[in-house]
Amino acid sequence: MKNQSGQKETIKKVLRYIRRYWFLLAVSIVMATVTVALTLYFPILTGRVIDKIIGPSQVDFPAIFNILKQAAFAVAFTALAQWIMNVCNNRMTYRIVQDIRNEAFHKIEILPLKYIDGHSYGEVVSRVIADVDQFADGLLMGFTQFFTGVITILGTLGFMLSVNVTVTGVVVMVTPLSFFVAGFIAKKTFTMFKLQSETRGEQTAFIEEMVGNQKVVQAFSHEDEALAQFDEINGRLEACSLRAIFYSSLTNPSTRFVNNLVYAGVAVIGALYAIRGGISVGQLSCFLSYANQYTKPFNEISGVVTELQNALACAARIFELIEETPQIPEKENAIVLQDVKGKVELSHVDFSYVPDKKLITDFNLAVKPGQRVAIVGPTGCGKTTVINLLMRFYDVNSGKICVDGADIREVTRESLRENYGMVLQETWLKTGTIRDNIVMGKPEATDEEVIAAAKASHAHSFIKRLSKGYDTVIGEDGGSLSQGQKQLLCITRVMLCLPPMLILDEATSSIDTRTEIRIQKAFATMMQGRTSFIVAHRLSTIREADVILVMKDGNIIEQGNHETLLEQKGFYAKLYESQFAS
Amino acid sequence: MRKLLVYLKDYKKETVLAPLFKMLEATFELFVPFVMANIIDYGIGGADDGAVLRSGAILVALGLIGLLCSITAQYFAAKAAVGFSTKLKHALFDHIQSLSFTEIDTLGTSTLITRMTSDVNQVQNGVNMVLRLFLRSPFIVFGAMIMAFLIDVKAALIFVVTIPLLAVVVFGIMMITMPLYKKVQAGLDAVLLTTRENLTGARVIRAFHKEAEETERFEEKNVALTNLQLFVGKLSALTNPVTYIIVNVATIVLLYTGAVRVDEAIISQGQVVALVNYMSQILVELVKLANLIILITKALACANRIEGILEVTSSMQWGEMAATPEIAEGIAASVEDGEAVREADRMAAVVQNGNTAPAVEFDHVHLAYEGAGGESLSDIHITVKKGQTVGVIGGTGSGKSSLVNMIPRFYDATKGTVRIDGRDVKTYGMEELREKVGIVLQRPVLFRGTIRENLLWGRGDASDEELWEALSRAQAKEFVEAKEGGLDAFVAQEGRNLSGGQRQRLTIARALVGNPEILILDDSASALDYATEAALRTAIRELPKETTVFIVSQRASSIRHADQIIVLEDGETAGLGTHEELLAGCEVYQEIYYSQFPKE
Repeated sequence: MKNQSGQKETIKKVLRYIRRYWFLLAVSIVMATVTVALTLYFPILTGRVIDKIIGPSQVDFPAIFNILKQAAFAVAFTALAQWIMNVCNNRMTYRIVQDIRNEAFHKIEILPLKYIDGHSYGEVVSRVIADVDQFADGLLMGFTQFFTGVITILGTLGFMLSVNVTVTGVVVMVTPLSFFVAGFIAKKTFTMFKLQSETRGEQTAFIEEMVGNQKVVQAFSHEDEALAQFDEINGRLEACSLRAIFYSSLTNPSTRFVNNLVYAGVAVIGALYAIRGGISVGQLSCFLSYANQYTKPFNEISGVVTELQNALACAARIFELIEETPQIPEKENAIVLQDVKGKVELSHVDFSYVPDKKLITDFNLAVKPGQRVAIVGPTGCGKTTVINLLMRFYDVNSGKICVDGADIREVTRESLRENYGMVLQETWLKTGTIRDNIVMGKPEATDEEVIAAAKASHAHSFIKRLSKGYDTVIGEDGGSLSQGQKQLLCITRVMLCLPPMLILDEATSSIDTRTEIRIQKAFATMMQGRTSFIVAHRLSTIREADVILVMKDGNIIEQGNHETLLEQKGFYAKLYESQFAS
Repeated sequence: MRKLLVYLKDYKKETVLAPLFKMLEATFELFVPFVMANIIDYGIGGADDGAVLRSGAILVALGLIGLLCSITAQYFAAKAAVGFSTKLKHALFDHIQSLSFTEIDTLGTSTLITRMTSDVNQVQNGVNMVLRLFLRSPFIVFGAMIMAFLIDVKAALIFVVTIPLLAVVVFGIMMITMPLYKKVQAGLDAVLLTTRENLTGARVIRAFHKEAEETERFEEKNVALTNLQLFVGKLSALTNPVTYIIVNVATIVLLYTGAVRVDEAIISQGQVVALVNYMSQILVELVKLANLIILITKALACANRIEGILEVTSSMQWGEMAATPEIAEGIAASVEDGEAVREADRMAAVVQNGNTAPAVEFDHVHLAYEGAGGESLSDIHITVKKGQTVGVIGGTGSGKSSLVNMIPRFYDATKGTVRIDGRDVKTYGMEELREKVGIVLQRPVLFRGTIRENLLWGRGDASDEELWEALSRAQAKEFVEAKEGGLDAFVAQEGRNLSGGQRQRLTIARALVGNPEILILDDSASALDYATEAALRTAIRELPKETTVFIVSQRASSIRHADQIIVLEDGETAGLGTHEELLAGCEVYQEIYYSQFPKE
């Protein structure tokens, strides 16, 4: 029940998208009706012609000529109507797809990061791409098929009844049989298909693991075991695939058989009638072609129903994304931060990602303009949490964070983030030229400015060596650039706009130490007179920091400067001794 | 495609019988209009109820036989197709596992995965459909034409004109639209790329408040895609109306010709009806055929891609021989090449001298990767005694990983020789060598299963105590104990449910379980904090004395106590010696060291 009302909801939403194109829809429906009517009319004309061809010297040529002329017109109009219908359907489908995709993408841009962090990218992408495609194919094609199918059935019934009631009765009685057969097979095969797709999924996961990490497999000479395991899954898949494919392939022959029965029934009863003068031969031939046409939509409709349901399921997934609550919108009178000095205060901040797992509680910190804050702690201690809060990627649960005295929730996101320069450990570059990537924060920058920034971050020398220098196009996620080079580009990006506050992740892992020293110098120049938050790995950075935040298990456990923290003889002191005093 | 057909070999019977039964079914279908003509001409014409009923019985019988034939055909087709894909997947998996790292690098793992999954599925589907329909549809088209000829030659000539005309239209539109569909796919890829980029780069995009600009970029690509789809759609929307016109115009001509022929007493009324029926059968089959061809084209493209993978052969040959003097002599006798003879002599000497040979020896080794412009390593020359610890240090891309990857022979030297226990690595059997060498790769990879299953990769028959010992050495004991289930704790695919540091420690433990003679740690402690790393270092030092250890690191502290340190820069040896020696005489080393431990 609940499921059904959900489906109804989805259908309503789908209709809302279609409404914009009501004109196309109306034209499409009219044309579909015309097409079906004319298609059905053609066998009648054929039948009439046949009735005029009785035997040698019993052919009424003038009448035939007349009917054939009508037939020719009917054919021309049918083709035209069909074409217009197709074009309308196409237009409607693709425009709706375009609308939905735009809306979905727009949503992605305003979703809270919590959603993006919490869902795999593949899943979201597949909603925007694959689900929308399936929806379009299934729903709109399904809809037209369903519609023309229903009209065809009704039209055929009408035409048949107008010709002969008894023979029509035969057709009507037998046809549902094929419907039942198809439905029966579909129901029986459903579980087989489910098992097949589950096993296939298992196999894909295994392939991804073993082939994706083939180097490890080989390093441990694990090939034979892997192959044996693979064969086991493969064997199971073979068995269940065979069943699923074979049983589902019975639908076609079975329904065709039922059709043949209908055909034979019409032929026999029609012929017996004809002998008694009930109908003419032409009418019988017309009936026979109807008998074929009448059963076809039944078979199609049974397929269409599943297709429609599938399409609705896809639509529901898309709407789920589109209707996801966006991040809290800006206050109407949100402040635009200007001439930021860089005073940052956190007072009584509580924060956690999941409600029942407390993370940061009652955290207080006051950073004066130009001060340096180092964040230290063992791997995986949640240093990014602080960055998430400062940049307002996540909102605090309670308490507040102020920049220059203004609560950041009262400030426009744009002006807040504009005043931070951020270099994260996970480098991200977009497809485009090197230059595009550097000028992200300052699109109007001149070439001289770009080069100056690149020189300051020591990226210039490698950029220069690329085939097209600053105009070199890099592929998805940096393409062929090394991790270190990507990092340098991300630094250049910040170097170019130099905002009053900085968030830096001292990413030591991907840059060799000598390059790092140069970057370090660049960082030092950048930090001059700017409030900076640094996820620090280097002793010198930590020592020079005005405030050190010590984090463990996502929590800020100690806070102070180097000397005071050492005196505390707490976690920091232990950390310091183990790392640097060796 | 031809190469793939091998995998159908075991299903010869099925591949022949499936289309055969399909054709049988089609034959029965072709008889239907014929029987119908009889009903009209003899049953109705002769007012003979008996004739009508007999013909009706024949129709039902034809349908029944058709059903049986068809079911048989479906079964054989499904069996052949599924069996084929099962064998193909087995062969592919086996083949991929035999490829050396060089080939895996050039092909890329994501490509390999798609080949094994979606491509094979497409081919399976293609095989199934081809067996079912590929012969049936043309058979009905031409069968209908032949039946028409049997009825009346002059009327049949209309078929002769119509069929090629239909074929030209249907396939012509297909030929034009198919390359366009490729463009549509490219457009869709562009939309997909932008979407993914905006998810992976959400933080950066928001930090630079580029949301509006990105939306614009997306909409631009989206509109381009829509326009392309509309254009292609308009073209393919022509197929139905045009074929409809051709077939029905042909029917009109057929009716007229029929009228003339009946008038001339050449054919009967029932035969005219039969002719019209044959014409409509052709239309139905042509549409099926067009769909089938699209499917086949797709399947063929996939098949070619799969074949491409199967054609790649491993560039590495493995030795079979064990190090016994007889075999070594055998090599000396059989190989005429001077270098090889010397190598064999040396091997024989090694076998006699036993343990005196160095554990690992790089003899003027050069390495250039496939397709790379320059050498990644040049003239590396280093000798490592059994039980020594070697530190490898250098900047990003200086060739550290390349160097250690040559020990288990992940890559072969382009020049020079790598020897283990005095024997060229190329003379080892693959398992023999990789059991000797335990390597912990940079990227810590674990597999779906339990912690125990993962550790047993190192050595299948290790006991729990041995596993715990390895864990404790790898500093992983504490967190494994804390996990629910301990050794039986579940590890998700790629070890996603563990932190980076935990994964690294488990991969180290996995290598330790194998008790390797040579242990290589390729920057595999980078995610560990200094304290844990220091403890790990101590534990490694306490390994059995004969274990030779290579430590690759960016941290000078990790390698400063090594017996030998090799400093790499741009693939060349910038220094070789102990920490003290290098600190005194190697400029590159000094620079690295002081960048991490500032002079105070």
